[in-house]
Amino acid sequence: MSAWNDPPGGFLPVSMPDYLPRPQLSAIQLQRLQSVVSRAYDRVPLFRSRLEERHLTPASIASLADIAKLPFTVKADLRDTYPFGLFASPMEEIVRLHASSGTTGKPIVVAYTQADLDVWSEVMVRSFAACGLHRGDVIQNAYGYGLFTGGLGAHYGAEALGATVIPISGGNTERQLMVIQDFGVTALCCTPSYFLHLLESARETKIDLSRLRVGVFGAEPWSDSMRDRIQADSGIRAHDIYGLSEIIGPGVGVECAHQHGLHIFEDHFYPEIIDPETGEVMPDGAEGELVLTTLSKQAMPMIRYRTRDVTSIMGEPCECGRTLRRIRRIGRRSDDMFIIRGVNVFPSQVETALLRVEGTLPHYQIVLTRDKGLDQMEVKVEVTPEVFSDEIRKLEAVQHNLEASIENILGLRVKVTLVQPRSLARSEGKAKRVTDLRNL
Amino acid sequence: MKLKQLSLFLENRPGQLRAPLETLGGAGIDILTMTLADTAQFGILRFIVADPARARKALEAEGMIVSTTDVVPIQVDNRPGGLAAVLAAIESAGLGVEYMYDFAARATPDKAAIIFRFEDPDRALEALKSAGVRVLTSEELLGK
Repeated sequence: MSAWNDPPGGFLPVSMPDYLPRPQLSAIQLQRLQSVVSRAYDRVPLFRSRLEERHLTPASIASLADIAKLPFTVKADLRDTYPFGLFASPMEEIVRLHASSGTTGKPIVVAYTQADLDVWSEVMVRSFAACGLHRGDVIQNAYGYGLFTGGLGAHYGAEALGATVIPISGGNTERQLMVIQDFGVTALCCTPSYFLHLLESARETKIDLSRLRVGVFGAEPWSDSMRDRIQADSGIRAHDIYGLSEIIGPGVGVECAHQHGLHIFEDHFYPEIIDPETGEVMPDGAEGELVLTTLSKQAMPMIRYRTRDVTSIMGEPCECGRTLRRIRRIGRRSDDMFIIRGVNVFPSQVETALLRVEGTLPHYQIVLTRDKGLDQMEVKVEVTPEVFSDEIRKLEAVQHNLEASIENILGLRVKVTLVQPRSLARSEGKAKRVTDLRNL
Repeated sequence: MKLKQLSLFLENRPGQLRAPLETLGGAGIDILTMTLADTAQFGILRFIVADPARARKALEAEGMIVSTTDVVPIQVDNRPGGLAAVLAAIESAGLGVEYMYDFAARATPDKAAIIFRFEDPDRALEALKSAGVRVLTSEELLGK
């Protein structure tokens, strides 16, 4: 991906598409859009039937603007067709599966052909390059390895860059710090909140992080003020990286040296902003829901996938010279999903867990806090007559069963607090289930 | 004989105990005895009144969750070792005590009344009878 004799720190040929003149980029996008729509139409029954309902065919796409005619794809489509219903390649051509949490306990499954993995590595190489990384850098990858796309996505990208990769995966703070110090790590991939935790622990244990110069942080929302704190406290450059499994994983977009919005790799992922209520496409600069179309995916093309992430497209050119448009840092979502410690959580999953223990759904509220850089989730549950007992140990057992049931579904340890009946705020219409006190 | 005890869930924060007590006061219900069990997170108020059904109704009308439990009032000699003797009898009857507390409203100088919560109150009553432990009646306890 990067040649052995490319100068470290110099311009990488693999980054060429970052700087394409817009007319050329648009021509590539249109050609790719047309072929990916054809592929999905021919091979994905759900997509074909939706086009037929609208009396559309792949030939209806004559310009990039015609994409607005196409139906949206939503997360529920992946769930409803679980596990393989949206695949556009036969299993003989699929070389990798990943999965992430869905809304009902069943994961959503995503697939890659070898060409898809190559694209993924390419956009990760371009992401790392945009963060100022190159051959000679020692990259510690603390994203979780496994079904989660973060670990392997960053891993293969860093290898393709020619950097030295330390596949340490998540957790074990003490070992993370020892390796950073002893192996002379120059760049770290993890969630921003975990990095804050590492920083704090390093201070307590007097670990030397002075060789570390770049952080590639993603998988959860964070803010400019958090970046300012990280950069001031650690002296590193902290870059936001964006991605989602449904599209490819990490590497959909990344911040360049100017750290002002995330460049979307538009030659592979076509971004639109829509009004989440009406579905209308909105102009650059307007805030709305980010919709992404994969322009080169084989195994699982995603046409107009509604990410539920709220942002806006920055159309103006970036000082770095990249012609790729940017999106503003994502701070919130248009649904009630939230991300905690890299895990997507829907309140409906918590409801499923509560139902399993209690039989009926108690009134509850989710409270998110950030303690020492680590996100904490508390579920306040109103005591119901069905579970109330005069014995402390029985109530404590209810509490522990609720915690275990939630952990079972989310894979996350949470704190359950029993509260008095009618003590949680009732709202008219849709209940506000999540209180986010994390100051992102 | 068995006695009806009421229990209330209380969150562990200031002011939580006052509300139910005001409700009972407003309904003219006198608490004969009570005990508060607490953990770091929550507490359970357990209490005995003369008319538990009416008390429960008044509390539930305020949206509180009340549970009713059978407890056993036992007479204990008011002397050193009095309670130990009763506990020995309970133990040899093979009964486990969930919790217990003093019945405050009783004014007999030489006898005390202790409220016991057993896992199975009916079985406990039988066993206590044959162990010669004196179980009080509600008339004796509540004076009616």
